[in-house]
Amino acid sequence: MIAGIRTHELRKVYTSAPPLAAGGGFGPRRKSKNQPAREVVALDGLSLNVTGGEIFGLLGPNGAGKSTTVGILTTRVRPTSGQAWIGEYDVWAQQVEVKRLIGVVGQRPNLDFALTAREILVFHGAYFGIDTRTRTTRATELLDRFKLSDRADQLVRGFSGGMMQRLAIARAMMHDPQVLFLDEPSAGLDPQTRLLLWEIIREYNQSGKTILLTTHNMEEADALCQRLAIIDHGRNIALGTPAELKASVPGGFLLRLRFGTHSPALFEQLKTLVGVREVRVQDDGDSNADVYADRGGSLVSEIANLAATTSVELSDVHISEPSLENLFLHHTGRSLRE
Amino acid sequence: MNWKTFVALLWRDARVARRNVVPLLLQTFLQPMMFVFIFGRVMVSSGYMPAAYKSLLLPGIMAISMVFTGVWAVAMPLIAEFQFTHEIEDRLLAPIENDWIAIEKVLFGAAQAVVAGLGVIPAAWVLLRPGLELNLPSPLTFAVVTLLVALFSACGGLALGCSVGQNQIGLMFSMVLTPMIFFGCTYYPWSALANFPILQKAVLVNPLVYASEGLRGTLVPQFPHLPIVAVLLALLIFDSLLLMVGLRQFRHKAVT
Repeated sequence: MIAGIRTHELRKVYTSAPPLAAGGGFGPRRKSKNQPAREVVALDGLSLNVTGGEIFGLLGPNGAGKSTTVGILTTRVRPTSGQAWIGEYDVWAQQVEVKRLIGVVGQRPNLDFALTAREILVFHGAYFGIDTRTRTTRATELLDRFKLSDRADQLVRGFSGGMMQRLAIARAMMHDPQVLFLDEPSAGLDPQTRLLLWEIIREYNQSGKTILLTTHNMEEADALCQRLAIIDHGRNIALGTPAELKASVPGGFLLRLRFGTHSPALFEQLKTLVGVREVRVQDDGDSNADVYADRGGSLVSEIANLAATTSVELSDVHISEPSLENLFLHHTGRSLRE
Repeated sequence: MNWKTFVALLWRDARVARRNVVPLLLQTFLQPMMFVFIFGRVMVSSGYMPAAYKSLLLPGIMAISMVFTGVWAVAMPLIAEFQFTHEIEDRLLAPIENDWIAIEKVLFGAAQAVVAGLGVIPAAWVLLRPGLELNLPSPLTFAVVTLLVALFSACGGLALGCSVGQNQIGLMFSMVLTPMIFFGCTYYPWSALANFPILQKAVLVNPLVYASEGLRGTLVPQFPHLPIVAVLLALLIFDSLLLMVGLRQFRHKAVT
């Protein structure tokens, strides 16, 4: 059976005490016992269930809790409460068993700068107890697959960002893990390499592996993931296939409108237009409205007419087609890019 | 504990050390050799120091060389790998308990410290001869003391490497290592502090005192030195204490 991923009510609160004080050794201490440490809630009761063999995406803006989730699932972050499992193993209690099952590509580069590209792969294989011949062959294959063969025997210090990222992914696949974690895998990659990466991820998944990736790129989530969880403020706010999620947005199309003056009457009239499913007046700028509808461009002239008859100036229109961005906006009122 | 992973971790460090062998040797032996040459050769042959100082000095230089190498070999990579390159993350994801990753670092650092310590003897012998009078009444005791000193320096490196921030490296050397060396009975025997009774008691908290005195007592026992039993006991306590502190700090670094 292919190992899946499960979390139950994961919570993680970071206390921003100075890192040195954590050990109580040499660092400065908090000035007063009464002064509370500033707390940052990164995860707030996150429950996920990733079936073995699927490509699952965590989509959310920066600071949503994606990397913390990956950190907990890969033994690098201690959850404040809640539990997580990889396959049948409890991540916190059975770390070694879990580490054997997983491969991890972190968000920041963490290659061994003292080694060459080939050595990085071969030593990684050795850490996992793979015999010499197998690890040498597999390293050569992976270097070839990731188009790194010509630089294989150079120290990675001089590698470009894209090459380092490719090598980091090759390394994570070196011991053929059942579950592969990719934290923002295509950040900083050129479009061509991104396509190569997508192809490799799909292929790896087809060989029967579970993949969890985080991204704030909707195109990537859409193209790659079989199911997605949309995360915001450490909570799961929507879950489903990309198609299901997109269909859950009323209408699918989103028209973001800005008016010269605030007119509640106009907003009421907008709702009566054919095809309009929902009108949301934004809380902060009260002359802005988001219109969810099942058509896009053809609505603009009608809206403009309505505005003209109520003597309100329509100053800006932005139309987006059905997308995960719209979905995120619909659930949170904020854009993914904000 | 997964020995295959452990051996692979040692092997990785050996590969890196082999790649940097020339700078490593220079870093390890250049300073002690210059010290031996100036104080043991120049000062003695010009008559400012008695001839016996050659033999008195050697164990102290050996202790400094070991402590410096052990601390450097463990602390510097840890500071860099946790704070700059993050390259330790790959090893933290290897299928082995995190503590063993720290212990591997300590073992490898201790091995380097042993090489640094033992390497000083033939080098000093070449520079200081004639007049260097080494006695080795009990090779076994000498070996045990050397091993404990190497472990103390590597454990100290672990504790420091996981406690010191990247911008405090200079401070670590000037505030921790330098006073340790000067008040560590390296250039003089502990008994020489008899005229400074408070200082003589105070330096006993410095583990380097036991390292120098232990090596002195097993290598040149003709000079006054602390009783070997006390030295062994103290080194054992410092080794365990620093290992415990070091592992605790390492765990804090490894998991957030």
